[in-house]
Parts: sequence; structure tokens; C-alpha cells
Amino acid sequence: MKQDSAIRLILLGLAMSSVAALAVITLFIFREGLPIIFRQGPGSFLFGSDWDPGAEPAAFGIFAMIAGTFAVTGGALLLGVPVGLGSAIFLSEFAPRKVATILKPALELLAGIPSVVFGYIGMLVLSPFIRDHIGGSGASVLAGSAILGIMILPTIISISMDTLRSVPRSYREGSFALGATGWQTTWKVTLPAARSGLVAAVILGMGRAVGETMAVIMVTGNTALVPKSPLSPARTLTANIAMQLNAAVGEHREALFACGVVLFVIIMVLNTFANWVAKLGKRA
Amino acid sequence: MIPIVEATGFGVSLAGSSVLRGVHLQVHRGEILSIIGPAGSGKTTFLRCINRLSDLVPGTQVSGTLAVEGRDVFSPGTDVVDLRRRAGMVFAVPNPLPRSIYENIAFGPKLTGIRSRDRLDEIVERTLRASVLWEEVKDRLHTSGTKLSGGQQQRLCLSRTLALDPKVLLLDEPCSGLDPISTAKIEEALQDLKKTLTVVLVTNNVKQAARASDRTAFFLMGEMVEVGETGELFTHPRDKRTNDYISGRFG
Amino acid sequence: MRIPPRAVHVGMLGILWSVTLAAIGTLIWIIGWVLWHGLPSATPHFLTSMPQDSGAEGGILSVIAGTLFIILGAVALATPLGVGTAIYLVEYTRENWVTRVIRYGADCLAGIPSIIFGLFGYVFFVITLGLRWSILSGSLTLALMSLPTIIRTAEVALRSVPQGYREVSYALGATRWQMVLRVVLPGALPGIVTGIVLALGRCMSETAAVIFTAGTVLPDRIPTSPGDSVRTLAVHFYLLATEGTSESQPKAFATAAILVLAILVINVSAYTLMHRFLARYR
Repeated sequence: MKQDSAIRLILLGLAMSSVAALAVITLFIFREGLPIIFRQGPGSFLFGSDWDPGAEPAAFGIFAMIAGTFAVTGGALLLGVPVGLGSAIFLSEFAPRKVATILKPALELLAGIPSVVFGYIGMLVLSPFIRDHIGGSGASVLAGSAILGIMILPTIISISMDTLRSVPRSYREGSFALGATGWQTTWKVTLPAARSGLVAAVILGMGRAVGETMAVIMVTGNTALVPKSPLSPARTLTANIAMQLNAAVGEHREALFACGVVLFVIIMVLNTFANWVAKLGKRA
Repeated sequence: MIPIVEATGFGVSLAGSSVLRGVHLQVHRGEILSIIGPAGSGKTTFLRCINRLSDLVPGTQVSGTLAVEGRDVFSPGTDVVDLRRRAGMVFAVPNPLPRSIYENIAFGPKLTGIRSRDRLDEIVERTLRASVLWEEVKDRLHTSGTKLSGGQQQRLCLSRTLALDPKVLLLDEPCSGLDPISTAKIEEALQDLKKTLTVVLVTNNVKQAARASDRTAFFLMGEMVEVGETGELFTHPRDKRTNDYISGRFG
Repeated sequence: MRIPPRAVHVGMLGILWSVTLAAIGTLIWIIGWVLWHGLPSATPHFLTSMPQDSGAEGGILSVIAGTLFIILGAVALATPLGVGTAIYLVEYTRENWVTRVIRYGADCLAGIPSIIFGLFGYVFFVITLGLRWSILSGSLTLALMSLPTIIRTAEVALRSVPQGYREVSYALGATRWQMVLRVVLPGALPGIVTGIVLALGRCMSETAAVIFTAGTVLPDRIPTSPGDSVRTLAVHFYLLATEGTSESQPKAFATAAILVLAILVINVSAYTLMHRFLARYR
């Protein structure tokens, strides 16, 4: 019995590793990033429109990057949500079993493809296409949104499918028994029952889009200006950090960690919200 | 002489609701005691308390005392692992581990540190003979235990438990899923086994209790209605409810 | 005018079919495009020779070696932590506030973007602990990142081992640890390995978290110590693609093809493994 308690204690220690990791990560990111936010004032940091680390004195306003992040993310959702939910609905409700068992893992493969590969395709295929056929320089919010829209598909599809599959079969049977068509059943019974899980899937997909770095760097042009149209270039928070970290020292580096703080907070809010929505659905 | 299992005013409640109350029962050395009763009468719960498998069910609370070889099962100082070796159990559904016949039987002895090949070989043969399975499997000891038929699997589980060298054998409806021939083989094995150990047999099958046991206890809705010599209980039950049950009027 | 429900149903079905096909088509096109452009340059010579001239010439042998060291190091560090966590959650405790805290930690960790891991690894391992840009810093950072994957798959695997096996082990006089070690872990092994393989794949495709912790130096020899700085396949490809000249693009494509091929193999084998594992207990 003594041995049992000792083993339990060791395992508990191991189990605390992820909590400890989360704590240390939060601590270090905030310790490096928070001071400059408060020195400069949160208002001028978040809503300042000038980012010029080389100027005298240096200017650190990240509004353009926040706008860029949300512009690219919003576009990604416009593409990714209908396609993602559509595929999930098709695969869980209508596809023959065999088709679903092959296509679901295939779509999850998308999640395994490195983001640099997505970025490369955006750079070599998508941006030139936009430049030649739609307008602008090609490197744009639109290109970033399109690539991210594809990249968030696996997240949205796999979480939505899990939710849809957890809707009790009796709901559907009840609806069919009343003479509803397959689509009527899906639209009026299954989707409402799965609503909160689907919302959670979309929010988590949004979190992925906000946090994506390499693919975005390669296709959005990275100009630190608030984008005026889908064809304008934009720089996201993640791109801002990744592009400059290697060369940054002193205040500049602190400002990049401050971007990390903002990003961290956005992600935490999104994930907590998604969790809350998903739980709400389970209780109902 | 101390009874091998002794329950005194023993009761069990699960998450607040009582499933077993005021059981007074003694199991003597070298006997086969059957416990009969309809589903939900608490007989399996009683059996699983004897070797503390009841620990696996959250919210289980006990009252009164239950002793194996004179030692209180539920006292805080009980060595549960040792208790489970002294009171070996065979489950209702045959459940060999996904490994070979030989390794299934060697599992228990190996846990206690027995490594010698000769010792293990000897244990495997002896216990397989004891459960009347040796002749059927002696040529394929190293094939998977899960490939055997249901009746063979259950006898393998019996051998596996015997390999622990238990003082008392707890059988939880061991023949509920088996054909008559397999059942007969297990009952044959039990008659031999009682020369060296004690058996508590929980069964749904009244006829099996009548055939195979020395004494029989009748449980109903969480209470022990009566216990007595098997012949006596079946021919002259003292309680009307016992009479109703054994004559098939309910359950 | 009201459209008949039957027609709506057929119409929607058509739309859903096309949307799904579009998603699948995109996937196949991406993989096909990379392999089509990259495989011709991915010769055996390319795989087995050292890079020259910043990668514009020669091969990627040192890059492959560096990648393997980093990702194997990462899962070697994360596996004991992750599997230990799962064993604790499944076998050693019941749901209570401690398990909620542990799950919350793992869930949050899973949601953190890789660039944050990069920032953290840079300030913590590279600078504060003084490990510099090295295999070790990269492995440690990736280990934290893959922890949630390993915990989750190991937990699923442990839970899928039938409860009856645990009862039997106890009834045969096993202690809890003997039960875990001899019955539950062997039963759950394929599922646990699946998680490890998936984590390998994730680490291999990672760029943002590695570029700031393992560095960008292109070594001209196989690294010999955990303190060596290396460049992983993903980072090498990224740098060739964005900073290289047009002469280095065939090398970039070839690197991408190798990367995608490796990840394809990893994911497909993980999936097959899981499939077989789940079928066993069904």
C-alpha cells in the first residue's frame, strides 16, 4: 500500500507537468511583454497606428496588426465555415458509411500538412492568380484568408462531426417518422440540437486562424497598415512577431512579447468561450 | 474452529441506498456453500465484498463485519492483495486475458515473484488437471486463451484462480452462459476441489445448487432468508418465500 | 411559390456533395502539386549529401538528421510526461477538481499557437536557461507543444481497455501498479503509440516554434551533440522558399516533397494503427 501511494504521487507529479508548463509559459510571456504595455499605456499600445521600431523615439502601436489579424481571420471564416460545416453535415448525415470512413481521415490529413507548404502554394499559385485576375499586388488579405480558410477546415470538420454524431438517433427517427425529408430533419432537428457544438467548432477554427503564422507571413505582404480592402496587404500579430524577433533587442523585443501577450489573451478568450458554449449545449 | 468466511450483521449500501442488510452467515472449511436468489437479491454484491472487489464501485459503504479466516476484511489494515489471493474469484462471464493459456495461468504466480520455469510448468499442469481441462489443451498451451470455447475459457479461468492457491473459491454464477456438458465438467471439478478448499457458489440455477452444494443460503431483496443443509432446505424449507422460489413461483 | 421539400432535399444534397468534393479536391491537389514539382529533384543523391551554398546546391542530409534528432528528442521527453498523466487520470483517481485542473491545463496548452511556444522557448530555454539555439532547446519546446496530443490519445487508449481486465487482475491478486504495468499498458500500447506517432508528425511540420529555438544555421555535418544548432526540414524549406534565389527553388520543392511524403506516411500509419487497435476491442 505504501508503494501504491508513492506511485500515485509520482504520477500526480507527471500529471501536473502540463499545468506547470502552462503556468511557466504564461509567466514568461507576460513578464517580458507586460512592462512595455504599461509604460506606454495600454490605449496607445493597442490603438496606436504607428509601428516603427527604428524611429527616434521608436513607436509601438499595434492597431494595424490587430486589424490585419481580424481581417484575415474574418475572411478565413467566410470561406472555411460554410465549406467546413457543409462537409461535416454531409459526412455525418448523408454520406454512405464507406465514403465517410475514407473521407474523414483524408480531410484530417489536411491538418498534418505543414503551414509552410500552404504558404508556399499561396505564394506561388494564389497570389499571382489574384494579381493577374482580380487586381492589386497579389499579396493580400484575400490570399491570406483563402489559405487560412483551407487550413481551418480540419478543425471545423472534425469537431462538428463529433457533435453531429452525438445527437441521439432517436431525434432523427422521430422526425423521419413524421414524414420529414432528410434535409428537413437535418435543418430542423439535428442542426438545432447540435448548435452549441457547431458554434464551438467555429470558434476553435477561428482560434487556429488567429494563431497561424508561417502561411500568413508568406502570402499577406506584411505591410503594417490597416488594410483598406481585401486586396490590400496586411500584417498579422503573429507575422509581426515572427518576422522581427531574430533582429529585435531591448524595447523592440519587449514590444514583440507584448504582441505575444495580446495574441495569448485573444486565444485564451476564444478557447474559454468555445469551452463554455460547448458545455452549455451538454447541459441543455 | 474458525469459519473460513463469517458475516455478522453485515450490510452494504450503494450511494446511500441499502442493497444488503443484516446478513449472518458462516462458511465452514471444506464445504461447498451455494447462494441462490433472484436477480437483485444482493448475492453477487455479497460475494464481491469477500475479496473487496467492491472497492471498484464508487460509493460503496458497509456495516457490520465480514471476516475471512477470522480477519476482518474491511478493517483499514487489510492487505487487499493478499486477501484476493486467499479468496480467489471466478466471474460470471469467462474473461481470459488476451494472452496464451499458459500465461493466463502463470499471471498470478508471476505476480508473487515465481519465475522458475519448472515451478510454473508444474502449476499450469496441476491447475489445468484440477479444472478438467488439461487433456483438451495440453498440446496448445501457448495459443491464445481467448480462442477457446466458452466452456473451456471458464475452466481456464478456474485454473487461473486455483494457481493463486486460494483458501476459498468465490464463484459468481460460473455456469450462467455455458452448455450442460461444460457445466457438468465444472461441477465435477468442484467435487474434487472441496477436498482441499472451500467453495462459495453464487448461482441462478436452483438445480445446480441442489446438485453441487453441501449447504445452501437463500437471498431475497437484500436479506438472507435462510440457510441450511442443501437436502433439508430443498425438501423442507422453513420460510414460505424459500419454498416459492425453489418451486419456481418467482425469480 | 413553395418549393417541394423533396426538391429542397435533393438540391441541398447536391450542394453538400460539391462542397465536400471541393474540400477533398483541394487536399489532393495540394499534395499532388507539391509531389509533382518536388519529387523529380528529390534524388537519392539529394537525400544523402550535405547542403552547399546555403542549400542552393547539394542535398539535405544534415537537415534530415537534425529534424530526426529534434522530433525524437521531443517525443522522448513528452512521452513519459503524457503517458504518466493519462495513467494518473484513468487509473489512479476519480473525477475531481484536481483532474479538472489537469485537463484545463492540457486543453489550454493545446490551444496555444505555435508562435507563442516559439517566443517562450526563445526567452526561457535559449536565453534564460542558456541552452542557446540547439537541438535541446527545440526538443524541449516541441515536447511541451506535443504534450496535449500524447495525453489525449493515451487517455482514450487506456479507457478503451475493457474494465473486466482490471477486475480480473485484481481478483488474481495484482496490486494496482502490477495491473497497470502488466495488463492495461500492454492492452493500450497500440493506441499510445498512435499518439506518439501523431506527435512526431506535428513536430516535423512545425516551423514557428522551432525557428526561434533550434536556430536557422545550416550545418554542413551531422550534428553530434544536443547542444548543436540545426535547421529542420520545415525551416530549411521556409528559408529556401522565402530567401532563396530562383536557382534554389528546385531544392525548395524537393524539400517540401520529402516533408509532405514523410508526414503522409506518418499520418497514414498512425491512422491504420488506431483503426486496428479500436477494432480489437469492438
